[in-house]
Amino acid sequence: MSLDSYLLIGAILFVAGVVCMATKRNGIGVLMGVELVLNGANVNFVAFSKFTPLGLDGQIVSLFVIVLAAAEAAVALAIALNFYNNHLTIDVDRANELKH
Amino acid sequence: MPFPIASSIGEFFDAYFSSGWAWTLTVVLHATFILVVFGLTPFLWIWAERKIAGRIQDRLGPTRVGGRFGWLQSLADGLKLIQKEDLVPKAADSMLFRMAPYVVCVASFAAFLFLPFSDGWVAVVSDIALYVLVAILSLEVIGIILAGWSSGSKWSLFGGMREAAQMVSYEIPLALCAIIPVTIAGTLNLSDISRLQSGWFLNWFLFHDPFTFITFFVYFTVATASCKRAPFDLAEAESELVGGFHTEYSGMRWSFFFMGEYASMYVVSAVAALLFLGGWNSGIGPLDAFLIDLRTAEGSAFAGYLANLLGMVILMSKAWLLLFVQVWVRWTFPRLRIDQVMTTCLKYLIPMACVLFLGVVLWPMLMYGTSKGTRTTHPFLEPRGEILGLHAAATPGETAVAHARAPANEEAE
Amino acid sequence: MTLETLLFYIFGLAACIGAVAVVVTQNVVRMAFWLIVSLGSVAALYFLLDADFVAATQIIIYVGGTLVLLIFGIMLTASGPYQKIKSSPGEVFMGAGIGVLLLVLLVGTVGAIDWSAASRAVAGPDFRPTTGEGYNPAGQGNTTRPIGMALLGPRPDKDLGKPEGSKLSSGYLFPFEIVSIHLLVVLIGAAYLARAKRRVQKVGPDSRE
Repeated sequence: MSLDSYLLIGAILFVAGVVCMATKRNGIGVLMGVELVLNGANVNFVAFSKFTPLGLDGQIVSLFVIVLAAAEAAVALAIALNFYNNHLTIDVDRANELKH
Repeated sequence: MPFPIASSIGEFFDAYFSSGWAWTLTVVLHATFILVVFGLTPFLWIWAERKIAGRIQDRLGPTRVGGRFGWLQSLADGLKLIQKEDLVPKAADSMLFRMAPYVVCVASFAAFLFLPFSDGWVAVVSDIALYVLVAILSLEVIGIILAGWSSGSKWSLFGGMREAAQMVSYEIPLALCAIIPVTIAGTLNLSDISRLQSGWFLNWFLFHDPFTFITFFVYFTVATASCKRAPFDLAEAESELVGGFHTEYSGMRWSFFFMGEYASMYVVSAVAALLFLGGWNSGIGPLDAFLIDLRTAEGSAFAGYLANLLGMVILMSKAWLLLFVQVWVRWTFPRLRIDQVMTTCLKYLIPMACVLFLGVVLWPMLMYGTSKGTRTTHPFLEPRGEILGLHAAATPGETAVAHARAPANEEAE
Repeated sequence: MTLETLLFYIFGLAACIGAVAVVVTQNVVRMAFWLIVSLGSVAALYFLLDADFVAATQIIIYVGGTLVLLIFGIMLTASGPYQKIKSSPGEVFMGAGIGVLLLVLLVGTVGAIDWSAASRAVAGPDFRPTTGEGYNPAGQGNTTRPIGMALLGPRPDKDLGKPEGSKLSSGYLFPFEIVSIHLLVVLIGAAYLARAKRRVQKVGPDSRE
């Protein structure tokens, strides 16, 4: 398979993630969008590591991305739980107290 | 037609077919073999568990089906389960409800791909076999959680929640305990780890040092918990949660959960045997040396196959012994409470695993010193360098490169 | 068509369908399920790309860890069974439009670049990507040791065979340490944020009345 086909998959994952982040009003749904975006980027990194002179660096960067994504998910979930304790929902549109 | 000397099924097919077809055939054959093992393990062990449970409770267990010992009981059970109605509760999320048993089944089946059955008898040769195996086994929990959630029943939901909390916690000590033999062996390849333990049984990593000896028991406890077997089967605690995550399931879908459970019991037991109990090595020095000679001898592929078959029998009997212990524990000990399960893991098993890990790392320094000229490896482990191909390489860097792909721009020079 | 190509199409399609289904589905748990499908297929693509270690990490951390955590979070924050928080039609329309535009932009960019020429421009005219048939041929996917070495600093995968005295490539020891500290901070921070906040009731002789 060529590099282009992997990059296409990466692009679709990325766009799906962006749209997911933009349209979901559920806090955890937004988080899933973030995961998709990071995965789209990761597919690109690993594909570059096979098909271009980037070599092993692509794989290592993608490892860092995976680890940081896990950390980000942990913190985001903790925030979501806190938000739920205060508002009894995780609808992100309800997080507008600073506006009023 | 000459009998081709092949160290693997792939090489065997390479002699007769074009490379693409040989590869495809090999993949299909491996998958079929593993499917057979995957299917037969629950078949045998559901019957065995009923017999053992019967004996422990002073009963006979199944006696009628298939003659004297009721050994066809599993078949009868299977036939009964296939005939049952496939119910989906009204309140259930029907897509996830139908999907969940398959997720469980596929996850525990996929783990067999990386599990060596004997020297070279492994479907996927990978230098991170143990890592992938632990990773794949951790997927099983997702099926359980989805089953618990999608049933639309609070008993199931409680079971799913408990399973999620339990699994996320127990994965940590499981990984830590699995890493301990890896630090001794210096490789994540399960076949290499097992090869390093050939010779007399004192070479087994179980007897490597006091820390690994304790690690084995910690690993086995954690592995039992990760298969959600009693006394850690809180996800299906029938005295409190009716049936836990599988309350709403019936027929074949219900039985898929148990096929997955028994298969993953076998996998964790086999991994324990590979990591700590010498894998396919018999533990008798001269016999092992003879078998290794048979495997490596030129021109006698058939004898090599026989030696590997014996290795597979040895590995399976070790794993089955551990499976028997799991069954024995289930029918002997009372179930813990959920808070006790979590306390056991977070307050006892994780600190224990951390201390054991530190101990194993420090042990060679304490025993054999670190300065140049003194022995830095365990005396029993002399052949490890040869097995891993380390002696051939002058520097650690070259070793690493021997396993890596050659950079294309270097080839040009 | 080789089996490898077939596997690529299967898992690539599964990854894309899963990702789109995450966007389209309204039920949160089903979204999580589709995300599992998508990320699991991406792990399979990593295996096809000879990146075994990354693939295993993807499975153990993403699918086995993060997603279990996500589902756990969904269970803890759901106010009713099969909770749905719907987006308004305007948002959906906007999102779809932006998505299509972004996709066109990305695909156009990918298609417009001659990647092999770019690679040759960086690495010299003889650059050829490593290829092999099937999974892990000739141990191409065994990247664990080089990755481990690179995280410690030395880069035998790049520097071996260079003439003596030439400049050595840099490793990843410093980022590795930072990530470790980062994880520790996150561990403590998440535990602090998510801890149950119970009002401490003073237990004393007064409280019995």
